[in-house]
Amino acid sequence: MIGLAHYLTVAAILFTIGVLGIFLNRRNVILMLMAIELILLAVNINLVAFSAYLGDLTGQVLAMFVLTVAAAEAAIGLAILVIFFRRRGSIAVDDVNRMHG
Amino acid sequence: MHPTDNARRNRNPRLIAILAFYLFATLTIASALAVIFSRNPVHSVLWLIVAFFNGAALMLILGAEFIAMLMVIVYVGAVAVLFLFVVMMLNIDFAVLRRGFTKNLPFGILIALVLLAEVIVAVTAWQAGPTLSGAAIPPTTTPNIVALGQLLYSRYLFAFELAGLILLVAMVGAIVLTHRSRGDTRTPKASRQLRRRPQDAVQLAQPQVGEGVQL
Repeated sequence: MIGLAHYLTVAAILFTIGVLGIFLNRRNVILMLMAIELILLAVNINLVAFSAYLGDLTGQVLAMFVLTVAAAEAAIGLAILVIFFRRRGSIAVDDVNRMHG
Repeated sequence: MHPTDNARRNRNPRLIAILAFYLFATLTIASALAVIFSRNPVHSVLWLIVAFFNGAALMLILGAEFIAMLMVIVYVGAVAVLFLFVVMMLNIDFAVLRRGFTKNLPFGILIALVLLAEVIVAVTAWQAGPTLSGAAIPPTTTPNIVALGQLLYSRYLFAFELAGLILLVAMVGAIVLTHRSRGDTRTPKASRQLRRRPQDAVQLAQPQVGEGVQL
């Protein structure tokens, strides 16, 4: 029988993979953004699992809002990435501290 | 469905549900690992799409059809395609960006395992309220989308409008950030066009025969 703990464990593993992705790809902003999307996917799985097992739809409404914010965040992050690449010709995060005004 | 009917086909659907859960969970985790470990970022994006599909399937098992479809549409249709565009549009040397990957790998995995152990201990040690025992299907007969819509347009209306505002701000922000005014294109200047009056622009002349018009 699949219980709530199964879903929470899957979400925990996904969350950890996302954190590991941010840690390992510290120079590559695109992969960092993808890792953030993975973390948000884990959060969504948690919310939907709790919503289903508590019999309360609020979790799914909240998951929708998380989805909205994730889409907005990806759009803005990639826009910043594009203008950063235009100015510097690379996307290495180490160079970001050299941006002034 | 009658209880006897339910009991008769109790065994098979439940087994299939368990198998489906393990299949989709394994695929989600495997593709998430492939996202962060693959060398080519285009492959990373494609694995991300696989991960989102399988996550949506997990939500489908939970009975959240609307969120699952939304995940497929928003993540696969919009976010992943956006990532793919950016990865392919920018000419990036990804080999340089991977320096330090193997150096950080053992320590990173150690930290990830510690974090995972902590989270799993927390998840299994703590009981969350009176959860429904058995299958995770909402007891109501209303479809998922109807129930969600009724909730969203009544109790969470303000938050829903706020989400729309967030999307608007993101759209305007992305356009403003990436918009580039190029010098070599000739675009009409609306203020100059509106300031122009007929008496300034049109000049009537009645030249006599044999005369020209002074411009």
